[in-house]
Amino acid sequence: MKYSIFSLARAALSGHKTWKPTWRDAAPKDRYDVVIIGGGGHGLATAWFLASEFGIRNVAVLEKGWIGSGNAGRNTTIIRSNYGLPGNTGFYELSMKLWERMEQDLNYNAMVSQRGVINLYHSDAQRDAFARRGNTMRINGIDADLLDQAALRKLMPFLNFDNARFPVQGGLLQRRGGTARHDAVVWGYAHAASELGVDIIQNCEVTGFVRDANGKVTGVETSRGKIGTGKVGMAVAGSSSRVAAMAGLRLPIESHVLQAFVSEAIKPLLPNVMTFGAGHFYVSQSDKGGLVFGGDIDGYNSYAQRGNLPVVEDVCEGGMALIPMIGRVRLLRQWGGIMDMSMDGSPIIDKSPVEGLYLNAGWCYGGFKATPGSGFVFAHLIAQDQSHKEAARFRLDRFRRGAMIDEKGQGAQPNLH
Amino acid sequence: MRIVCPFCGERELGEYTYLGDAKPQRPAADAGEDAVYDYVYLRDNIAGVMSEHWYHGGGCRAWLKVTRNTLTHEISAVEPTAGAGAAKVGV
Repeated sequence: MKYSIFSLARAALSGHKTWKPTWRDAAPKDRYDVVIIGGGGHGLATAWFLASEFGIRNVAVLEKGWIGSGNAGRNTTIIRSNYGLPGNTGFYELSMKLWERMEQDLNYNAMVSQRGVINLYHSDAQRDAFARRGNTMRINGIDADLLDQAALRKLMPFLNFDNARFPVQGGLLQRRGGTARHDAVVWGYAHAASELGVDIIQNCEVTGFVRDANGKVTGVETSRGKIGTGKVGMAVAGSSSRVAAMAGLRLPIESHVLQAFVSEAIKPLLPNVMTFGAGHFYVSQSDKGGLVFGGDIDGYNSYAQRGNLPVVEDVCEGGMALIPMIGRVRLLRQWGGIMDMSMDGSPIIDKSPVEGLYLNAGWCYGGFKATPGSGFVFAHLIAQDQSHKEAARFRLDRFRRGAMIDEKGQGAQPNLH
Repeated sequence: MRIVCPFCGERELGEYTYLGDAKPQRPAADAGEDAVYDYVYLRDNIAGVMSEHWYHGGGCRAWLKVTRNTLTHEISAVEPTAGAGAAKVGV
Protein backbone atom coordinates (compact mmCIF):
# COMPACT_ATOMS: atom_id res chain seq x y z
CA MET A 1 0.00 0.00 0.00
CA LYS A 2 1.06 3.59 -0.56
CA TYR A 3 1.43 5.84 2.46
CA SER A 4 0.30 9.47 2.24
CA ILE A 5 -1.67 12.07 4.13
CA PHE A 6 -4.80 10.61 2.47
CA SER A 7 -4.07 7.03 3.56
CA LEU A 8 -3.50 8.35 7.06
CA ALA A 9 -6.80 10.27 7.00
CA ARG A 10 -8.71 7.29 5.61
CA ALA A 11 -7.29 4.96 8.26
CA ALA A 12 -7.98 7.51 10.99
CA LEU A 13 -11.64 7.77 9.93
CA SER A 14 -12.00 4.00 10.15
CA GLY A 15 -10.45 3.90 13.61
CA HIS A 16 -7.06 2.69 12.34
CA LYS A 17 -8.50 -0.78 11.72
CA THR A 18 -7.73 -0.87 8.00
CA TRP A 19 -3.91 -0.78 8.10
CA LYS A 20 -2.30 -3.68 6.24
CA PRO A 21 1.04 -5.20 7.28
CA THR A 22 3.92 -2.98 6.12
CA TRP A 23 5.64 -5.86 4.37
CA ARG A 24 4.95 -9.47 3.45
CA ASP A 25 6.30 -12.24 5.72
CA ALA A 26 7.25 -14.81 3.06
CA ALA A 27 7.92 -18.56 3.10
CA PRO A 28 11.03 -19.73 1.24
CA LYS A 29 10.78 -20.84 -2.40
CA ASP A 30 13.08 -23.50 -3.88
CA ARG A 31 15.15 -21.07 -5.89
CA TYR A 32 16.06 -17.38 -6.19
CA ASP A 33 18.33 -15.36 -8.48
CA VAL A 34 19.97 -13.81 -5.42
CA VAL A 35 19.87 -14.76 -1.74
CA ILE A 36 20.88 -12.17 0.85
CA ILE A 37 21.88 -13.51 4.26
CA GLY A 38 20.97 -11.06 6.99
CA GLY A 39 17.71 -9.12 7.39
CA GLY A 40 19.23 -6.02 8.92
CA GLY A 41 19.42 -2.59 7.34
CA HIS A 42 22.23 -3.50 4.96
CA GLY A 43 20.67 -6.76 3.76
CA LEU A 44 17.24 -5.24 3.19
CA ALA A 45 18.72 -2.16 1.50
CA THR A 46 20.71 -4.44 -0.80
CA ALA A 47 17.57 -6.36 -1.73
CA TRP A 48 15.68 -3.14 -2.41
CA PHE A 49 18.42 -1.70 -4.63
CA LEU A 50 18.71 -5.03 -6.49
CA ALA A 51 14.99 -4.83 -7.24
CA SER A 52 14.65 -1.10 -7.86
CA GLU A 53 17.98 -0.13 -9.51
CA PHE A 54 19.27 -3.34 -11.06
CA GLY A 55 16.06 -5.10 -12.10
CA ILE A 56 16.64 -8.28 -10.09
CA ARG A 57 13.40 -8.96 -8.25
CA ASN A 58 13.62 -12.70 -7.62
CA VAL A 59 15.46 -12.08 -4.37
CA ALA A 60 15.21 -13.55 -0.86
CA VAL A 61 16.43 -11.98 2.36
CA LEU A 62 17.09 -14.64 5.00
CA GLU A 63 17.04 -13.55 8.64
CA LYS A 64 17.74 -15.96 11.50
CA GLY A 65 15.65 -13.95 13.98
CA TRP A 66 13.28 -11.14 13.07
CA ILE A 67 14.24 -8.30 10.78
CA GLY A 68 16.16 -5.56 12.52
CA SER A 69 16.80 -7.69 15.61
CA GLY A 70 20.56 -7.29 15.41
CA ASN A 71 22.60 -4.12 15.17
CA ALA A 72 19.95 -2.32 13.10
CA GLY A 73 17.99 -1.91 16.33
CA ARG A 74 20.99 -1.44 18.63
CA ASN A 75 22.83 1.51 17.14
CA THR A 76 22.66 5.17 18.16
CA THR A 77 21.02 6.28 14.87
CA ILE A 78 23.64 8.77 13.73
CA ILE A 79 24.15 9.63 10.06
CA ARG A 80 27.13 11.65 8.78
CA SER A 81 29.74 11.72 6.03
CA ASN A 82 32.69 13.42 7.74
CA TYR A 83 35.45 11.01 6.77
CA GLY A 84 38.93 12.05 5.73
CA LEU A 85 40.50 9.24 3.73
CA PRO A 86 40.10 8.45 0.03
CA GLY A 87 37.70 5.54 -0.21
CA ASN A 88 35.69 6.55 2.83
CA THR A 89 34.99 10.20 1.95
CA GLY A 90 33.19 9.50 -1.32
CA PHE A 91 31.42 6.39 -0.12
CA TYR A 92 29.89 7.96 2.99
CA GLU A 93 28.79 11.01 0.98
CA LEU A 94 27.07 8.69 -1.50
CA SER A 95 25.31 7.20 1.50
CA MET A 96 24.41 10.64 2.87
CA LYS A 97 22.86 11.65 -0.46
CA LEU A 98 20.78 8.47 -0.37
CA TRP A 99 19.64 9.29 3.18
CA GLU A 100 18.43 12.65 1.90
CA ARG A 101 16.04 11.03 -0.59
CA MET A 102 15.34 7.77 1.23
CA GLU A 103 11.89 8.63 2.53
CA GLN A 104 10.66 9.64 -0.94
CA ASP A 105 12.31 6.61 -2.55
CA LEU A 106 10.80 4.18 -0.06
CA ASN A 107 7.48 5.94 0.60
CA TYR A 108 8.23 5.53 4.28
CA ASN A 109 8.86 7.98 7.10
CA ALA A 110 12.31 7.18 8.47
CA MET A 111 12.41 10.42 10.50
CA VAL A 112 15.65 11.52 8.87
CA SER A 113 16.66 14.60 10.83
CA GLN A 114 19.59 16.67 9.55
CA ARG A 115 20.23 18.40 12.83
CA GLY A 116 24.01 18.55 12.41
CA VAL A 117 26.90 16.56 13.82
CA ILE A 118 29.61 18.36 15.80
CA ASN A 119 33.01 16.87 16.66
CA LEU A 120 34.56 18.85 19.51
CA TYR A 121 38.23 19.85 19.61
CA HIS A 122 40.27 20.73 22.66
CA SER A 123 43.70 21.84 21.49
CA ASP A 124 45.36 23.74 18.66
CA ALA A 125 46.69 20.50 17.21
CA GLN A 126 43.26 18.87 17.21
CA ARG A 127 41.74 22.00 15.64
CA ASP A 128 44.32 21.79 12.84
CA ALA A 129 43.52 18.12 12.28
CA PHE A 130 39.80 18.91 12.14
CA ALA A 131 40.40 21.85 9.80
CA ARG A 132 42.23 19.48 7.51
CA ARG A 133 39.39 16.96 7.65
CA GLY A 134 36.86 19.73 6.99
CA ASN A 135 38.88 20.89 3.99
CA THR A 136 39.06 17.32 2.69
CA MET A 137 35.30 17.13 2.97
CA ARG A 138 34.74 20.48 1.24
CA ILE A 139 36.96 19.75 -1.74
CA ASN A 140 34.91 16.57 -2.15
CA GLY A 141 31.70 18.59 -2.20
CA ILE A 142 30.64 17.76 1.39
CA ASP A 143 29.56 20.49 3.79
CA ALA A 144 31.80 21.25 6.76
CA ASP A 145 32.16 24.24 9.06
CA LEU A 146 34.85 24.80 11.63
CA LEU A 147 33.28 26.51 14.65
CA ASP A 148 35.27 28.48 17.17
CA GLN A 149 34.37 28.61 20.82
CA ALA A 150 32.15 31.68 20.51
CA ALA A 151 30.01 30.00 17.83
CA LEU A 152 29.80 26.82 19.87
CA ARG A 153 28.77 28.74 23.01
CA LYS A 154 25.73 30.04 21.11
CA LEU A 155 24.71 26.55 20.01
CA MET A 156 25.43 24.69 23.24
CA PRO A 157 25.94 27.07 26.16
CA PHE A 158 25.77 24.23 28.67
CA LEU A 159 29.06 22.56 27.70
CA ASN A 160 31.86 22.60 30.25
CA PHE A 161 34.04 24.88 28.12
CA ASP A 162 36.61 25.43 30.85
CA ASN A 163 37.24 21.77 31.64
CA ALA A 164 40.79 21.68 33.02
CA ARG A 165 41.89 18.63 31.04
CA PHE A 166 39.88 19.08 27.82
CA PRO A 167 38.86 22.75 27.48
CA VAL A 168 36.37 22.98 24.59
CA GLN A 169 37.88 25.24 21.93
CA GLY A 170 35.37 24.60 19.17
CA GLY A 171 34.10 21.92 16.84
CA LEU A 172 33.83 20.65 13.29
CA LEU A 173 30.20 20.82 12.21
CA GLN A 174 28.56 18.88 9.40
CA ARG A 175 25.11 20.46 9.16
CA ARG A 176 23.74 17.76 6.86
CA GLY A 177 24.56 15.07 9.39
CA GLY A 178 22.04 14.05 12.01
CA THR A 179 19.92 11.09 13.00
CA ALA A 180 17.32 8.72 11.55
CA ARG A 181 14.83 6.41 13.20
CA HIS A 182 16.71 3.10 13.00
CA ASP A 183 13.76 0.69 13.16
CA ALA A 184 11.89 2.70 10.53
CA VAL A 185 14.90 2.35 8.20
CA VAL A 186 14.56 -1.44 8.42
CA TRP A 187 10.79 -1.35 8.05
CA GLY A 188 11.01 1.13 5.19
CA TYR A 189 13.41 -0.99 3.17
CA ALA A 190 11.36 -4.11 3.99
CA HIS A 191 8.19 -2.30 2.88
CA ALA A 192 9.62 -1.05 -0.40
CA ALA A 193 11.49 -4.28 -1.22
CA SER A 194 8.47 -6.40 -0.44
CA GLU A 195 6.32 -4.23 -2.73
CA LEU A 196 8.74 -5.04 -5.57
CA GLY A 197 8.47 -8.79 -4.94
CA VAL A 198 11.42 -9.47 -2.64
CA ASP A 199 10.76 -12.36 -0.22
CA ILE A 200 11.65 -11.49 3.38
CA ILE A 201 12.02 -14.75 5.26
CA GLN A 202 12.38 -14.62 9.03
CA ASN A 203 13.40 -17.33 11.50
CA CYS A 204 15.48 -18.82 8.73
CA GLU A 205 19.06 -19.43 9.81
CA VAL A 206 21.69 -20.34 7.23
CA THR A 207 23.47 -23.50 8.36
CA GLY A 208 25.74 -24.12 5.38
CA PHE A 209 26.55 -23.43 1.74
CA VAL A 210 25.76 -25.81 -1.11
CA ARG A 211 28.62 -25.90 -3.62
CA ASP A 212 29.24 -27.72 -6.88
CA ALA A 213 32.32 -29.73 -7.87
CA ASN A 214 34.22 -26.54 -8.78
CA GLY A 215 33.46 -24.97 -5.41
CA LYS A 216 30.93 -22.51 -6.79
CA VAL A 217 28.03 -21.69 -4.50
CA THR A 218 24.76 -23.15 -5.81
CA GLY A 219 22.58 -22.59 -2.77
CA VAL A 220 22.30 -22.39 0.98
CA GLU A 221 21.22 -24.88 3.62
CA THR A 222 18.87 -23.26 6.10
CA SER A 223 16.79 -24.14 9.14
CA ARG A 224 13.81 -23.98 6.74
CA GLY A 225 15.30 -26.22 4.06
CA LYS A 226 17.61 -25.92 1.10
CA ILE A 227 17.36 -22.84 -1.14
CA GLY A 228 19.00 -22.84 -4.57
CA THR A 229 20.66 -19.72 -6.00
CA GLY A 230 23.66 -18.68 -8.08
CA LYS A 231 24.55 -15.65 -5.97
CA VAL A 232 24.67 -15.28 -2.21
CA GLY A 233 25.31 -11.91 -0.56
CA MET A 234 26.37 -11.92 3.05
CA ALA A 235 25.38 -8.89 5.18
CA VAL A 236 25.67 -10.28 8.70
CA ALA A 237 27.99 -7.82 10.46
CA GLY A 238 28.84 -9.14 13.91
CA SER A 239 28.67 -12.72 12.69
CA SER A 240 30.65 -12.42 9.45
CA SER A 241 33.43 -14.74 10.59
CA ARG A 242 30.94 -17.42 11.61
CA VAL A 243 29.03 -17.38 8.32
CA ALA A 244 32.21 -17.11 6.23
CA ALA A 245 33.65 -20.10 8.11
CA MET A 246 30.82 -22.23 6.65
CA ALA A 247 32.37 -21.51 3.26
CA GLY A 248 35.86 -22.27 4.56
CA LEU A 249 36.97 -18.61 4.74
CA ARG A 250 38.89 -16.77 7.46
CA LEU A 251 38.40 -13.02 7.52
CA PRO A 252 40.48 -10.06 8.78
CA ILE A 253 37.76 -9.40 11.36
CA GLU A 254 37.22 -9.72 15.11
CA SER A 255 33.82 -9.49 16.81
CA HIS A 256 33.70 -7.00 19.68
CA VAL A 257 30.96 -5.63 21.89
CA LEU A 258 29.88 -1.97 21.83
CA GLN A 259 27.51 -0.63 24.46
CA ALA A 260 24.93 2.11 24.07
CA PHE A 261 22.75 3.94 26.56
CA VAL A 262 19.57 5.94 26.78
CA SER A 263 18.42 8.21 29.59
CA GLU A 264 14.91 8.96 30.78
CA ALA A 265 13.08 11.44 28.55
CA ILE A 266 13.69 15.11 29.21
CA LYS A 267 12.62 18.34 27.48
CA PRO A 268 14.56 19.39 24.35
CA LEU A 269 18.16 19.96 25.37
CA LEU A 270 20.63 18.96 22.66
CA PRO A 271 20.21 20.67 19.30
CA ASN A 272 22.77 18.46 17.50
CA VAL A 273 24.61 15.20 17.59
CA MET A 274 27.78 15.89 19.54
CA THR A 275 30.93 13.82 19.82
CA PHE A 276 33.57 14.21 22.51
CA GLY A 277 36.25 11.94 21.08
CA ALA A 278 38.88 12.95 23.61
CA GLY A 279 36.59 11.79 26.42
CA HIS A 280 35.10 8.71 24.69
CA PHE A 281 31.56 10.04 24.70
CA TYR A 282 28.99 11.02 22.07
CA VAL A 283 25.36 11.95 22.47
CA SER A 284 22.18 13.04 20.75
CA GLN A 285 18.61 13.45 21.90
CA SER A 286 15.88 11.27 20.48
CA ASP A 287 12.50 12.65 19.47
CA LYS A 288 11.06 10.93 22.53
CA GLY A 289 13.40 13.06 24.65
CA GLY A 290 15.88 10.46 25.86
CA LEU A 291 19.58 11.20 25.62
CA VAL A 292 21.08 8.49 23.43
CA PHE A 293 24.79 8.09 24.06
CA GLY A 294 27.78 5.81 23.91
CA GLY A 295 31.55 5.63 23.83
CA ASP A 296 34.23 3.13 22.95
CA ILE A 297 33.92 -0.58 22.36
CA ASP A 298 34.66 -2.71 25.42
CA GLY A 299 37.89 -3.91 23.82
CA TYR A 300 37.77 -7.70 24.01
CA ASN A 301 36.36 -10.29 21.62
CA SER A 302 32.71 -10.97 22.34
CA TYR A 303 29.57 -12.41 20.80
CA ALA A 304 27.56 -11.86 23.99
CA GLN A 305 25.59 -8.70 23.02
CA ARG A 306 26.29 -7.30 26.47
CA GLY A 307 29.24 -5.46 27.93
CA ASN A 308 30.91 -4.76 31.25
CA LEU A 309 30.88 -1.99 33.84
CA PRO A 310 34.29 -0.31 33.27
CA VAL A 311 33.02 1.06 29.94
CA VAL A 312 29.73 2.14 31.52
CA GLU A 313 31.75 4.12 34.06
CA ASP A 314 34.08 5.52 31.37
CA VAL A 315 31.19 6.69 29.17
CA CYS A 316 29.29 8.27 32.05
CA GLU A 317 32.46 10.03 33.24
CA GLY A 318 32.90 11.42 29.73
CA GLY A 319 29.33 12.70 29.77
CA MET A 320 29.72 14.29 33.19
CA ALA A 321 33.01 15.93 32.21
CA LEU A 322 31.45 17.59 29.19
CA ILE A 323 27.87 18.30 30.32
CA PRO A 324 27.93 18.32 34.13
CA MET A 325 24.16 18.85 34.40
CA ILE A 326 23.35 15.44 32.91
CA GLY A 327 24.45 13.93 36.21
CA ARG A 328 20.90 14.62 37.37
CA VAL A 329 19.37 12.56 34.58
CA ARG A 330 18.68 8.90 35.29
CA LEU A 331 19.93 6.16 33.01
CA LEU A 332 17.00 4.27 31.54
CA ARG A 333 18.50 1.43 29.52
CA GLN A 334 21.81 0.10 28.39
CA TRP A 335 22.57 -2.65 25.86
CA GLY A 336 25.27 -4.11 23.66
CA GLY A 337 25.71 -5.11 20.04
CA ILE A 338 28.37 -7.14 18.25
CA MET A 339 30.68 -5.13 16.00
CA ASP A 340 32.47 -6.55 12.97
CA MET A 341 35.84 -4.94 13.77
CA SER A 342 38.06 -5.07 10.71
CA MET A 343 41.83 -4.78 10.79
CA ASP A 344 41.89 -1.19 9.52
CA GLY A 345 38.57 0.11 10.79
CA SER A 346 36.98 0.20 7.33
CA PRO A 347 34.45 -2.12 5.69
CA ILE A 348 34.86 -4.91 3.15
CA ILE A 349 32.49 -5.00 0.17
CA ASP A 350 33.87 -7.45 -2.32
CA LYS A 351 33.58 -10.79 -4.04
CA SER A 352 34.89 -13.55 -1.81
CA PRO A 353 37.42 -16.16 -2.99
CA VAL A 354 34.42 -18.54 -3.23
CA GLU A 355 32.64 -18.04 -6.54
CA GLY A 356 29.06 -16.89 -6.07
CA LEU A 357 29.61 -15.64 -2.50
CA TYR A 358 29.76 -11.86 -1.98
CA LEU A 359 30.95 -10.17 1.21
CA ASN A 360 29.56 -7.13 2.95
CA ALA A 361 31.36 -7.04 6.29
CA GLY A 362 33.73 -5.26 8.65
CA TRP A 363 31.52 -2.26 9.43
CA CYS A 364 33.08 -1.78 12.86
CA TYR A 365 30.83 0.53 14.90
CA GLY A 366 29.86 2.68 11.89
CA GLY A 367 27.44 0.57 9.91
CA PHE A 368 24.19 2.45 10.49
CA LYS A 369 25.13 5.64 8.62
CA ALA A 370 26.32 3.47 5.74
CA THR A 371 23.01 1.57 5.37
CA PRO A 372 21.73 3.05 2.08
CA GLY A 373 25.19 3.41 0.52
CA SER A 374 26.15 -0.10 1.53
CA GLY A 375 22.94 -1.50 0.06
CA PHE A 376 23.46 0.39 -3.19
CA VAL A 377 27.11 -0.56 -3.82
CA PHE A 378 26.57 -4.15 -2.65
CA ALA A 379 23.62 -4.53 -5.01
CA HIS A 380 25.84 -3.07 -7.75
CA LEU A 381 28.55 -5.63 -6.99
CA ILE A 382 26.13 -8.57 -6.96
CA ALA A 383 24.26 -7.48 -10.09
CA GLN A 384 27.23 -6.44 -12.23
CA ASP A 385 30.06 -8.50 -10.73
CA GLN A 386 32.24 -5.44 -10.31
CA SER A 387 32.70 -2.89 -7.55
CA HIS A 388 30.91 0.43 -7.69
CA LYS A 389 33.49 3.20 -8.07
CA GLU A 390 32.78 4.57 -4.58
CA ALA A 391 33.41 1.15 -3.06
CA ALA A 392 36.37 0.21 -5.22
CA ARG A 393 38.81 0.48 -2.31
CA PHE A 394 36.83 -1.72 0.10
CA ARG A 395 38.52 -4.83 -1.25
CA LEU A 396 39.21 -7.95 0.77
CA ASP A 397 42.77 -8.16 -0.58
CA ARG A 398 43.71 -4.63 0.51
CA PHE A 399 45.32 -6.00 3.68
CA ARG A 400 47.60 -8.24 1.66
CA ARG A 401 48.41 -5.38 -0.72
CA GLY A 402 49.09 -2.92 2.09
CA ALA A 403 46.30 -0.63 0.87
CA MET A 404 44.61 -0.16 4.25
CA ILE A 405 42.01 2.56 4.86
CA ASP A 406 42.89 3.31 8.46
CA GLU A 407 41.22 6.58 9.58
CA LYS A 408 42.56 6.27 13.11
CA GLY A 409 46.04 5.02 12.19
CA GLN A 410 45.96 2.17 14.69
CA GLY A 411 47.18 -0.68 12.53
CA ALA A 412 45.97 -4.28 12.71
CA GLN A 413 44.63 -4.13 16.26
CA PRO A 414 40.84 -4.14 15.89
CA ASN A 415 40.02 -3.28 19.52
CA LEU A 416 41.81 0.07 19.13
CA HIS A 417 39.89 1.30 16.06
CA MET B 1 33.76 -9.79 34.12
CA ARG B 2 36.53 -10.05 36.71
CA ILE B 3 39.86 -11.72 36.13
CA VAL B 4 41.61 -13.66 38.90
CA CYS B 5 45.25 -12.71 38.48
CA PRO B 6 47.51 -15.52 39.70
CA PHE B 7 49.68 -12.92 41.46
CA CYS B 8 47.18 -10.31 42.67
CA GLY B 9 43.90 -12.19 43.09
CA GLU B 10 40.49 -11.19 41.72
CA ARG B 11 40.56 -7.72 40.16
CA GLU B 12 38.12 -5.64 38.13
CA LEU B 13 38.36 -5.53 34.36
CA GLY B 14 39.55 -1.91 34.22
CA GLU B 15 42.96 -2.98 35.51
CA TYR B 16 43.58 -5.15 32.45
CA THR B 17 44.36 -4.47 28.81
CA TYR B 18 43.42 -6.85 26.04
CA LEU B 19 45.73 -7.97 23.26
CA GLY B 20 43.69 -10.71 21.63
CA ASP B 21 43.74 -14.30 20.47
CA ALA B 22 46.79 -16.12 21.87
CA LYS B 23 46.86 -18.60 19.01
CA PRO B 24 48.67 -16.71 16.22
CA GLN B 25 52.40 -17.43 16.34
CA ARG B 26 54.87 -15.09 14.71
CA PRO B 27 56.21 -16.81 11.57
CA ALA B 28 59.93 -17.47 11.17
CA ALA B 29 61.95 -14.66 9.59
CA ASP B 30 62.23 -16.57 6.31
CA ALA B 31 58.54 -17.53 6.15
CA GLY B 32 56.76 -16.32 3.04
CA GLU B 33 54.41 -13.36 2.65
CA ASP B 34 51.36 -15.60 2.99
CA ALA B 35 52.40 -16.70 6.47
CA VAL B 36 52.96 -13.10 7.58
CA TYR B 37 49.65 -11.97 6.10
CA ASP B 38 47.89 -14.79 7.91
CA TYR B 39 49.60 -13.93 11.22
CA VAL B 40 49.00 -10.17 11.07
CA TYR B 41 45.51 -10.00 9.61
CA LEU B 42 43.49 -13.22 9.66
CA ARG B 43 41.66 -14.35 12.79
CA ASP B 44 39.63 -17.39 13.76
CA ASN B 45 37.34 -14.99 15.66
CA ILE B 46 36.09 -17.86 17.77
CA ALA B 47 32.50 -17.92 19.05
CA GLY B 48 33.11 -20.05 22.12
CA VAL B 49 36.11 -20.89 24.28
CA MET B 50 39.18 -18.91 23.29
CA SER B 51 42.68 -18.55 24.72
CA GLU B 52 43.80 -14.93 24.79
CA HIS B 53 46.46 -12.53 26.06
CA TRP B 54 45.64 -9.93 28.72
CA TYR B 55 48.05 -7.52 30.43
CA HIS B 56 47.60 -6.64 34.10
CA GLY B 57 48.80 -3.04 33.75
CA GLY B 58 46.84 -1.84 36.78
CA GLY B 59 48.41 -4.47 39.03
CA CYS B 60 51.49 -6.66 38.78
CA ARG B 61 52.13 -5.78 35.11
CA ALA B 62 52.29 -9.45 34.21
CA TRP B 63 51.09 -10.89 30.91
CA LEU B 64 48.37 -13.49 31.40
CA LYS B 65 46.88 -16.19 29.24
CA VAL B 66 43.14 -16.23 29.90
CA THR B 67 40.78 -18.96 28.71
CA ARG B 68 37.42 -17.29 28.17
CA ASN B 69 34.13 -18.04 26.44
CA THR B 70 33.32 -15.23 23.99
CA LEU B 71 29.62 -16.18 23.98
CA THR B 72 29.15 -15.91 27.76
CA HIS B 73 32.29 -14.06 29.04
CA GLU B 74 32.88 -16.98 31.42
CA ILE B 75 36.55 -17.36 32.37
CA SER B 76 37.72 -20.93 32.96
CA ALA B 77 41.49 -20.50 33.44
CA VAL B 78 44.10 -17.79 34.00
CA GLU B 79 47.80 -18.54 33.86
CA PRO B 80 50.93 -16.44 33.72
CA THR B 81 52.65 -16.29 30.36
CA ALA B 82 56.08 -15.13 29.28
CA GLY B 83 54.88 -11.84 27.85
CA ALA B 84 52.92 -11.49 24.65
CA GLY B 85 56.00 -10.96 22.49
CA ALA B 86 57.76 -14.01 23.87
CA ALA B 87 54.59 -16.08 23.88
CA LYS B 88 53.95 -15.31 20.24
CA VAL B 89 57.30 -16.69 19.16
CA GLY B 90 56.68 -19.81 21.22
CA VAL B 91 59.13 -19.21 24.10
